[in-house]
Amino acid sequence: MSKLTLKTEGDTHVVITRRFAAPPEAVYRAHVEPELIQKWMLGPEGWEMPVCLIEARPGGKFRYEWKNAKGQGFHITGELLELRPYSKIVHVERMFLPEQTPDNHVETTFEPDGKGTLMTMRMTLPNAQVRAAMLATGMESGMETSYVRLEGIL
Amino acid sequence: MTMGNLDAAFAALADPTRRAILARLAKGEATVMQLAKPFAMTQPAISQHLKVLEEAGLIVSRVDGARRPRRLAKSGIEALDQWLGMLRKALEKNYDRLDEMLAAMEPKKKGEAQ
Repeated sequence: MSKLTLKTEGDTHVVITRRFAAPPEAVYRAHVEPELIQKWMLGPEGWEMPVCLIEARPGGKFRYEWKNAKGQGFHITGELLELRPYSKIVHVERMFLPEQTPDNHVETTFEPDGKGTLMTMRMTLPNAQVRAAMLATGMESGMETSYVRLEGIL
Repeated sequence: MTMGNLDAAFAALADPTRRAILARLAKGEATVMQLAKPFAMTQPAISQHLKVLEEAGLIVSRVDGARRPRRLAKSGIEALDQWLGMLRKALEKNYDRLDEMLAAMEPKKKGEAQ
């Protein structure tokens, strides 16, 4: 009974939807205010985001850095292209692992859904190969917990 | 994919060189010599990585005279779809955290954030 959907679309898109019990204003704010972002955008257990810089205006830059207890880390930089409170955010981002990954263009919308919000993230990658690599990278950060889960199954 | 193969695929993917080899093969077929070039590794070392990838079902080879060019296995591409499920789990963790945070946030405080 998960509220999340994640699917590929065409050759270069990834579309994610998620419903939240809070109104669009709160969900939107959770995506542009550093002190809020640092509380939830942490990935698997054990990771923290010590650096979260964001110039919340069209054309503004942002930078997120993640670290874990083993001293491993990676970061993302990006630019905000469009900010429409509290309904839409368009941005471009790339990861540094530390090698730089190609730009991911992301359009996020927040629509009222009853008393809550339907969030839709539409990512556009340069080509199908980059999309495959990005999905693999996304999995990598979840790898450790995935292994634990697999051990539970086997 | 059986659970055993899936496990082998994850193990194969845990190595950055092997992920880089897969990224290279995503662009098309390549020989051991072509694959060894960008990694500053010996051909036997690359061959060992290729063996792991092949056993994991992520790549296949064919015989072309003395050469054995490798390419991505279709099942490897299909495994990418399975990775979607893993990424989804990582995202779910984030959004579950966001749910908790939103529940704790009081409404109508937009003027507070600087």
